[in-house]
Amino acid sequence: MSYDAHFRVWRGDSEKGELVDYPVEVNEGEVVLDIIHRLQQTEAGDLAVRWNCKAGKCGSCSMEINGKPRLACMTRMSTFTETETITVTPLRTFPVIRDLVTDVSFNYTKAREVPSFAPPPDLEPGEYRMQQVDVERSQEFRKCIECYLCQNTCHVVRDHEENKENFAGPRYLMRIAELDMHPLDVADRKQEAQEEHGLGYCNITKCCTEVCPEHIKITDNALIPLKERVVDRKYDPLVWLGSKIFKRSGA
Amino acid sequence: MSSTTEASAGRAQIAARTLRTDRWWLPPLANFVGLALWVVYATVRAFMQDWYFVPQYNYLTPFYSPCVSNGCVEQAAHFGRFLPDVWWLPYASLTLPFLLLFRLTCYYYRKAYYRAFWLSPPACAVAEPHKKYTGETRFPLLGQNLHRYFFYIAAIISLINTYDAIEAFIKEDGSFGLGLGNIILVINVVMLWAYTVSCHSCRSIIGGRLNHFSKHPLRYKLWVQVSRLNGKHMQLAWTTLATLAITDFYIMAVSAGWFADLRIVG
Amino acid sequence: MNAVTTSEQATTSNGPTENIERHEYDVIVIGAGGAGLRAAIEARMQGKRTAIISKSLFGKAHTVMAEGGCAASMGNVNPNDNWMVHYRDTMRGGKFLNNWRMAELHAKEAPDRVWELETYGALFDRTKDGKISQRNFGGHTYPRLAHVGDRTGLEMIRTLQQKVVSLQQEDYRETGDYEANIRVFHETTITELFKADGKIAGCFGYYRSTGKFVRFDAPAIVLATGGVGKSYQVTSNSWEYTGDGHALALRAGATLINMEFLQFHPTGMVWPPSVKGILVTESVRGDGGVLRNSEGERFMFNYVPDVFKDQYATTEEEGDRWYTDADNNRRPPELLPRDEVARAINSEVKAGRGSPHGGVFLDIASRLSPEEIQKRLPSMYHQFKELADVDITKEPMEVGPTCHYVMGGVEVEPDTTMSTVPGLFAAGEVAGGMHGSNRLGGNSLSDLLVFGRRAGMGAAEYVDGLAGVRPAVRIDDVAAAEQRALLPFSSATEGGENPFVVQLELQKTMNDLVGIIRKADEMEMALKKLEDIATRTRTVSVVGHREFNPGWHLALDLRNMLLVSLCVAKAALERQESRGGHTRDDYPAMDSDWRHVLLVLSALGEDNVELVRKEQVAMRPELLDLFELDELKKYYTGEELGGHRAGSAADSGVENA
Repeated sequence: MSYDAHFRVWRGDSEKGELVDYPVEVNEGEVVLDIIHRLQQTEAGDLAVRWNCKAGKCGSCSMEINGKPRLACMTRMSTFTETETITVTPLRTFPVIRDLVTDVSFNYTKAREVPSFAPPPDLEPGEYRMQQVDVERSQEFRKCIECYLCQNTCHVVRDHEENKENFAGPRYLMRIAELDMHPLDVADRKQEAQEEHGLGYCNITKCCTEVCPEHIKITDNALIPLKERVVDRKYDPLVWLGSKIFKRSGA
Repeated sequence: MSSTTEASAGRAQIAARTLRTDRWWLPPLANFVGLALWVVYATVRAFMQDWYFVPQYNYLTPFYSPCVSNGCVEQAAHFGRFLPDVWWLPYASLTLPFLLLFRLTCYYYRKAYYRAFWLSPPACAVAEPHKKYTGETRFPLLGQNLHRYFFYIAAIISLINTYDAIEAFIKEDGSFGLGLGNIILVINVVMLWAYTVSCHSCRSIIGGRLNHFSKHPLRYKLWVQVSRLNGKHMQLAWTTLATLAITDFYIMAVSAGWFADLRIVG
Repeated sequence: MNAVTTSEQATTSNGPTENIERHEYDVIVIGAGGAGLRAAIEARMQGKRTAIISKSLFGKAHTVMAEGGCAASMGNVNPNDNWMVHYRDTMRGGKFLNNWRMAELHAKEAPDRVWELETYGALFDRTKDGKISQRNFGGHTYPRLAHVGDRTGLEMIRTLQQKVVSLQQEDYRETGDYEANIRVFHETTITELFKADGKIAGCFGYYRSTGKFVRFDAPAIVLATGGVGKSYQVTSNSWEYTGDGHALALRAGATLINMEFLQFHPTGMVWPPSVKGILVTESVRGDGGVLRNSEGERFMFNYVPDVFKDQYATTEEEGDRWYTDADNNRRPPELLPRDEVARAINSEVKAGRGSPHGGVFLDIASRLSPEEIQKRLPSMYHQFKELADVDITKEPMEVGPTCHYVMGGVEVEPDTTMSTVPGLFAAGEVAGGMHGSNRLGGNSLSDLLVFGRRAGMGAAEYVDGLAGVRPAVRIDDVAAAEQRALLPFSSATEGGENPFVVQLELQKTMNDLVGIIRKADEMEMALKKLEDIATRTRTVSVVGHREFNPGWHLALDLRNMLLVSLCVAKAALERQESRGGHTRDDYPAMDSDWRHVLLVLSALGEDNVELVRKEQVAMRPELLDLFELDELKKYYTGEELGGHRAGSAADSGVENA
């Protein structure tokens, strides 16, 4: 049940690079990451790739396979025909380090900018009481394995390098939503989501949801509800009118 | 061009806008064609100022409801006539703009037209053609945040449509009647409600904005139901476009006498 | 501004040949899994400048693979639970070979460590009254595992990661620098520890992305590098599990214990070949899943060992009733400790009653509704659907044993986790003793938290105790470390082998000859083969550059894998009995005379180890009294039991409740 597939793998670094053709053996039940490993063991001992668990739980082996952002360990070879050329490139939104490995520090920077969980000051460890229905929404977002496929796919930064400074990306806007919906978090995060983390850049074209390997409904369950919560706070015309009048009278 | 293909910021230098091998262009193309056709049809009909009412069976097309122009047939004007009768003002000018805005700011349609009309992006992992992008951070797209207010208005208009559909069971002579037109009107109204209620804003207002569902069991139940419908918001968005057009076309055809209403009772 | 990043030019002929980045910290934590992060958090909270060094990206540690839960006797589901019950379960699971002090600390402190996570933002599944829900697991008397569906490890790693970030935010508010007091060096591998005057002085490593070397000067180092499973062909462990901490400790002069005890998790995937070994969580059985052979028989009923006869159901009906009425029924034998289940599966397959791909069937489809399965075991559903194209709500899974966890590790002082080398600490899987000869499911995540924290505290106290006098790294040691790291590129290895080939050979050797069932002659053969592999490991050669070169990385990891494999093989050959994760075909019985014997390993040069026997410290009397004499008699020799309350009561004639 094995056959020879035609792989085209991007090799290079931040200076230059190219797609290199490799014929490579494929066996039954294998995934793209297996094939990359076979290349390492045979034709390309120094082919750089990031991976860990090989079971879709750690989110390390993110790359673009036939142009689609995916986890290599969860992309089965049986989804391709035997004659198909399979093109593998690094994530295209982040600076490349070498071959299939990119510098994902953008994400760690953004993670640091989201204020952490703010527990109620008077609650001791062991006294936390939360109902299942109240934690379920945030639990969905905590399924995130931080593969950064959503961050990579989002056109806001993928196509516009200059937006990286002002836009946290779907993963970290979802983190804000997670904390905002946390039944015990005491911080108010709505204003900041819009003003500091660039929620307004999101035009809900749902690519983050499309590529999420954990099938988290990022757009429908995190980003849109967060936008609506921001509307509560910022764009309610009545509130807006009130604040204008208040400002004027206060001035 | 976009940063994806440009040799900038140390990204892997790949010239292709996308390396996708599937027919990624098909969904945006289909959306473009579908939405464009509908807009053309709706525009033509809104300005036609004719064939919008079947007096005999009290059928009023949703495109002309509520009919508030001085040009409206009196029987069709359930809420009075006060707008001037000029060619450039559709008879339902009081409500049509809000319905348009409701759909224009709808989270699903936004996705559809940003992708299909504005190519921002045309499909996932396909570079967009624009040099700059600010999303919904400034005027006019900042206005998308008003969706929920258009939702409130849309809910009121759905009530009016419901009233129309019920009125249509009473024929010109005051007796009960049932025809294919009634069934179409009712299906349309049910679908309109489903679409309106499944709106993301509605989902937030009903319960999404709460952090403690456990303290609001009723709202939680409603939220669960709305969330279920919300999962089908896209399908409902397209379905209602279809039911609206079909309803309008049917009433136009009966009104123009192209074919007769299929009567079941009376 | 945070770290001293001076460049050091080679001044002597035997000094380093390139500029080596240098950092100074109070505490270095090697490993960014649960134990490492918890240790770092503690060290930082004790006011120590701390660095976390991680082989992969921050947040990708192997802890994410833990599925079932974190054992802590909070008593939320069954109020009868308390630390004493947990302690007893842990000792039983480890066949009384555990370091009892570690087991005691673990059982007592686990609930606090779990509750603490909630203050960091963790969201565990809840009970009806809003407390942390707890689930059943093999070997645990009561529902005890705090969990989040079947992704508890991910929740823990994310929570600890986010706590580190929150500490960084605190530092940023105070100093304007996120990394002022706690910094993560990710994709950085440590290859050597430095000592001066017998104490830890620092360590040496390289950045995986650039291949550049980096040196850390610090008086305290916490090892939290996890396990050794990558030395086996079929394993649930990732590439990181090359026994780095075990080997670093050995080379620094510390000792390892219990290395013969490896846990083979009974349920790993067996098909397709590329995912063979990937874990299928024990929660499948905890939630009602049953094991069947090719004849459809629930074979586990035939494998309940005598020591457990009283605690497990004898009929399917009783076992099934237990899920709903645990107080009046005994648990089904599918929930026996892991070593028992793994051996049973092995026997069934050997007897020709295996599944088509050489495992047995694990059936949840006929036991729970599809909705329930998807809710309780979402990642298992996902894993089988995407990797094997099996719908577990409709069909049974095929599973077989997979190398999962090493009970053995660095010999540490229980309260502080310090090894025999001053300044060197170890926590989590890399530390030995806590789990004895076999670890209970769920005790790993709690172990990480309890001893991670203790390691951080221990390291901080140790640094305080130095009173500012820090051992200085010797420049010759740095040069030697650099040379060793560059060896695979040098001309000395010209014509040497591809490291991938040598690794494969090593994995096959360990899998086939020191696997789940062991024989003296096979292990002797393994030791011979390892000798040969040692020579080949010294001369593996790699091509290309130093930037993210997987061949080079493996060449360096390989010597760690070799060293720990030697430890496993030597200790396994020495121990002439079967106990927990060590099963001898030629000595199938458990032997009380071996219970109190620890096999202690230390390094003899780069690729040889020495083994000595050591007596286990006797359990404190009041802890011994937590057990009934009848049970202890199954494990202890007669003379060891003199101090038990039953014995003393009889002597003094006092009635004892």
